[in-house]
Amino acid sequence: MFFYLIRRLIYAVPIALAVGFVCFMLVQIAPGDPINAIVPPDAPQDVVDQVRRDYGLDKPLPVQFGIWLLKVVQGDLGRSLATGRPVWSDLQSAIGNTLTLAASASLLGFMLGCVLGGLAGTFRGSILDRAAVTIAVAGVSVPHYWLGMVLVVIFSVQLNMLPAMGAGPGGSADWAWDWEHMQHLVLPSITLAVIPMGIVTRTVRGIVAEIMNQEFVVALRGKGLTGWGVFLHVVKNAAPNVLAVLGLQLGYLMGGSILVETVFSWPGTGLLLNSAIFQRDLPVLQGTILVLSLFFVALNLLVDLVQTALDPRIKRA
Amino acid sequence: MSTTTAAEAELAIQARQAAQSSDGYWKGVFKRVRRDKVTMFCAFILLCMLLAIIFAPLIAPHDPFQGSMIRRLRPIGTPNHPLGTDELGRDILTRLLFGGRLSWFMGIVPVALAFVMGTFLGVLAGFAGGKTNMLIMRVTDVFYAFPSVLLAVAISGALGAGILNAILALTLVFVPPIIRVAESVTQGVRNLDFVDAARASGASAFTVVRVHVLGNVLGPIFIYATSLISVCMILASGLSFLGLGTRPPEAEWGLMLNTLRTAIYVQPWVAVLPGACIFVTSICFNLVSDGMRQAMDVKG
Repeated sequence: MFFYLIRRLIYAVPIALAVGFVCFMLVQIAPGDPINAIVPPDAPQDVVDQVRRDYGLDKPLPVQFGIWLLKVVQGDLGRSLATGRPVWSDLQSAIGNTLTLAASASLLGFMLGCVLGGLAGTFRGSILDRAAVTIAVAGVSVPHYWLGMVLVVIFSVQLNMLPAMGAGPGGSADWAWDWEHMQHLVLPSITLAVIPMGIVTRTVRGIVAEIMNQEFVVALRGKGLTGWGVFLHVVKNAAPNVLAVLGLQLGYLMGGSILVETVFSWPGTGLLLNSAIFQRDLPVLQGTILVLSLFFVALNLLVDLVQTALDPRIKRA
Repeated sequence: MSTTTAAEAELAIQARQAAQSSDGYWKGVFKRVRRDKVTMFCAFILLCMLLAIIFAPLIAPHDPFQGSMIRRLRPIGTPNHPLGTDELGRDILTRLLFGGRLSWFMGIVPVALAFVMGTFLGVLAGFAGGKTNMLIMRVTDVFYAFPSVLLAVAISGALGAGILNAILALTLVFVPPIIRVAESVTQGVRNLDFVDAARASGASAFTVVRVHVLGNVLGPIFIYATSLISVCMILASGLSFLGLGTRPPEAEWGLMLNTLRTAIYVQPWVAVLPGACIFVTSICFNLVSDGMRQAMDVKG
């Protein structure tokens, strides 16, 4: 296990570097000369050259990548072209908000998915099973940004029960765990939770059905265990795989919340990305995507390690 | 005739069984699909939608780009505008019909491109093995390190709005998963006896792949690719919703949803119609893909 941990950590390094390279290349594939975003179009040529040297844009690409990487490692993601503030400072509060949203959505989706999938897997072929499968298919097929709009129409426009926008009263971006703030979390979380709910339902249903077919379940029943006792054994067997799915879903939601954040004006990384795209603020775009992807890489690593530690059937050396 | 003997009846049964077993594999698949009511129903809806968007210019009641300032945001059921009008007074029904063309196009083309590229690279990696496999699969791993929505937004965000950029971004998102599936099924087939037999009888690597490998791996890869169409359609409309895919005044479901978003306080039910179209299309593609997978008895 210890050697596996070391090996897995070492393997994550080239992946992280490659992710950094892709993020670096994002700015390079963008059309137009990045210098045009900094200097006005009517600037004299010597000023343009001066700025180009100051920003290191006259150096060859590999050297630029090296310099960029060194800065990133030190936590310097550059400055926003639109606001002039360091990208990292804007990102910090945004990441917290996105994490709040993604975590509550994954938790909600996870719980619903486990219940639905567990019931469907246990009572294979029943009406319950069919209902769960239908809900799961709908969950993965629904355009969630549209579901968000529908929820806003029902709960904000028609019933006037829940706020439609922002993360707090008066559009404040500071988060607190009171009802004033939490009511803003309800609709975005439900919207974002439908995807993990669908996927977790499918996964749990498959895993539970497979376990129920194994001989040890028959043995447990033969031994005299009923309902609850068998259930605990099934949970113990299903847990490692289900937890792995949950971890990955949290990562997907962190990266995939951009559409939902746009619908609800949730002040997270998605909204930051959205405005960066519109202002063609490439440093913010690059920094946000880099941080979110590295988070995803780290989460993948963690899931792998936890799964290995939890499941004695997986032998990795 | 009543003179049929037991022996003749026996022969007839045998003949029928022989005829059944000589049915091709695909015939059997279609037979099973035809019996699956859910799949047939979804396929029927998709067919209707396809016909509707192909013949959109013939059946649409209005011009998709012609608006009217005095007829903005009419509700559903307005005479002459059965599904109402949008924020520029354009007929919603017309725009949904025309919008389906782009939405379907953007949902299918990236997956088709990714299918071709991913199958080529995946079969190459699976069949060649060794360093080729290492190279292709490690590059694939890098793209797996990005959540798919983020990767699509990142690439099309950097390249800027536009249909071609969105298609490029979505293709790049779907190539890695198809490579992984193609590689794993190819590896499964590569070590089977008939491949060894073909090689032993002197077939070149190209012939082995073309005749013996592709025939066995294309089915599973194709089924996997069809399951991606629904995701691709949602993502493509999502990009348009963010203002990254198609640009106004083009009619596309995601973009319509975006421009109508400001109208949800005025005509809420008109504003959510384009999304309902995306939902129905995507769920039908998903169910048809599921049904085909079951009929072909492909695991995974």
